[in-house]
Amino acid sequence: MTNHLISRRSVLAGTAAAGALSLTGFPARAEVNWKKYAGTKLEVILAKGPRGDNLQKNIKEFTELTGIQVESEQIPEQQQRQKAVIELASGKPSFDVVHLSYHVQKRQFEKAGWLADISGYMKDPNLTAPDLVESDFSAAGLQYAKNDKGQMLSLPWSVDYFILYYNKELFQKKGVAVPKTSDEMVAAAEKLTDAKDGTFGFVGRGLRNANMTLWTNFFLNAGGEFLDAKGGILTDGPEAIEATKLYQTLLTKVAPPGVAGFNWMESMASFTQGRSAMWIDGVGWAPPLEDPAASRVVGKVGYTVVPRGSKGQYSATYGDGIGIAAASKNKEAAYLLCQWVVSKKQGARLLQAGGGVPFRNSVLNDPEIQKDVKNKEWLQSVIDSAKISKLGLPVIIPVAEFRDLVGAALTSTLSGADPATELKKAHEQFRPILERSEKA
Amino acid sequence: MAELTPAAADAAPGQEWRPPSYWPFVVPALVVVLAVIVFPWAFTIWMSLNEWKVGTPTTFVGFANYLRMPNDPRFVEAVGHTLLYTGLSVLLPLILGTFAAVVFHAKFPGRGFLRGVFIMPMMATPVAIALVWTMMFHPQLGVLNYLLSLVGLPPQLWVFHPGTVIPSLVLVETWQWTPLVMLIVLGGLAAIPTEPYESAQIDGASVWQVFRYITLPLITPFLFIAGMIRMIDAVKSFDIIFAITQGGPGSASETINLYLYSVAFIYYDLGYGSAIAVIFFLLIVAMAALMLHLRQRMMWTEIGSGA
Repeated sequence: MTNHLISRRSVLAGTAAAGALSLTGFPARAEVNWKKYAGTKLEVILAKGPRGDNLQKNIKEFTELTGIQVESEQIPEQQQRQKAVIELASGKPSFDVVHLSYHVQKRQFEKAGWLADISGYMKDPNLTAPDLVESDFSAAGLQYAKNDKGQMLSLPWSVDYFILYYNKELFQKKGVAVPKTSDEMVAAAEKLTDAKDGTFGFVGRGLRNANMTLWTNFFLNAGGEFLDAKGGILTDGPEAIEATKLYQTLLTKVAPPGVAGFNWMESMASFTQGRSAMWIDGVGWAPPLEDPAASRVVGKVGYTVVPRGSKGQYSATYGDGIGIAAASKNKEAAYLLCQWVVSKKQGARLLQAGGGVPFRNSVLNDPEIQKDVKNKEWLQSVIDSAKISKLGLPVIIPVAEFRDLVGAALTSTLSGADPATELKKAHEQFRPILERSEKA
Repeated sequence: MAELTPAAADAAPGQEWRPPSYWPFVVPALVVVLAVIVFPWAFTIWMSLNEWKVGTPTTFVGFANYLRMPNDPRFVEAVGHTLLYTGLSVLLPLILGTFAAVVFHAKFPGRGFLRGVFIMPMMATPVAIALVWTMMFHPQLGVLNYLLSLVGLPPQLWVFHPGTVIPSLVLVETWQWTPLVMLIVLGGLAAIPTEPYESAQIDGASVWQVFRYITLPLITPFLFIAGMIRMIDAVKSFDIIFAITQGGPGSASETINLYLYSVAFIYYDLGYGSAIAVIFFLLIVAMAALMLHLRQRMMWTEIGSGA
């Protein structure tokens, strides 16, 4: 009898502990042995930004949970990519866990074999909490994380959808409706442009390389596909020309002068100053737009999906993930960290702060988590974009060259060059580079 | 004799055969030179002969990387941009700097203070300058277009248009480095004797004639030095261009230096990047040789005309 009582009490205690764990983001049924690698030290290399902040701010919880010490550093994106590549290529990286940009580095990392295969860990109930299953990640996330053999090489962390930001006040003043198609968008932008007043209908990235992320959304909406069955690049076909014409019209006729040198920062400045009525860019900019210290359009911003093109409606999608260096000696401990990084609790924090959108459907679609997202209109645009998500850049090794060469072609169309000619010229340069990269 | 011989035998090897005791003293310098100059150079040349991409195995390809260059429009354009940028940013500071030196050579109240003010741009950090100029170049919010509007000129796109980007960058470069030329030429002016000026005054020469036929020939050696320093600086200029335009818009202001950086550290194509570096080095050597040759010829004509 006494025995029964004790065992019942211990069961209750166990349940309570599990409950407590689920509060910290792990609805673990005591199967995952979180403490197994206590005392291990991990090094993490992060790209500077809200994701890195979110990790560093809460890393103490992970250390409490696992007893694993984590040293992390945030480096500006460009430099972080360089540093990671150079260290991984040396074969002895100084870090165990690496934050990677899928849209730039996926192919390169896969081909070089720099990341550890974590498919096995994901099937191991001693290492993986039951709620972390492959099918919970969105299709784009899995496409990014898996190689052609179907192995998981990283955990998808945060997704970036392209959405349309618009200035409700300017729209109301001119009596313009929110555009549903790209033709309507051009018409609306023309009505909203008042050059004498210094107000323009549209703003977006014109700077070489950066501009590709915007252009590819138009390309996808025109029915474009990046690669043919043999891996040849298709971004100079009729869809590309159509997309470039739209891009050229928007950025020359209804955009602020100097847009050819604008990256997201300059575009955002123009939008937050109320000088541009529409802006298409990644979902992550809601916090600065709604920050009274940095923005003049607080409370006046509308969020919606990118208008439909002639052949479809997509949201160009980019993303980053977290993976383990194949050369790391602490792969299991590193895996526990990766798992914590994409856990429900960390994902909820990221979403609620507007600093990123988790790839996990169970986070994005959880009403409890959604309730605490203040900006409901923004959240709706994210949920709608998720339904029409499509990878925004070709998955190839020389992504940087692609963005530079085709991006430069786009920029020259902004000073009047012919889209078809420029695209042709850029692809004549790019094709040999692509072939060389796949051959090696 | 018998007593001396052993002593002589002892001393003889020491006096006649001197061990090369100077070698150990050369070693440190030699090691440093080998490690930081010769080895990197040899290695760069070796890399340039390989298909060398980060993350993939390297293969020896001979001169393939060099043969890629003439067919690479971005490289060819970069050479053009480099020459144009260098030419303009040598000429303009030379002309303006000489003019400023002549002005500041004259005696007037507050000269020392104004000279100090004039050389201030030179002391600032290029990247900081670049960021400030980027703001001034802004077509909508920048002060330059505001100033143009005051005199009734239409707004310009400055660094945001392919046609005006290089002159605009040269403007920044000129603004920063004219003072250096001024300082060098000022030193030259101070070294000119006063007699030729006195006799010119007696002969009734105009200000322009004095400058053209007395000052200019006498400061030519200093102008050459200033030109040489400017050329070396301008051809390797990276910070100002990178911070303001990153080679854009498009690739309209991409110099060899910027392209080289992209190839090696963004595309991770170290083999091709090394080949570009080697060619870039040869270009600099050629330009320096041309300058020296011109200087040599100039000296001959001076002596010739003097004789």
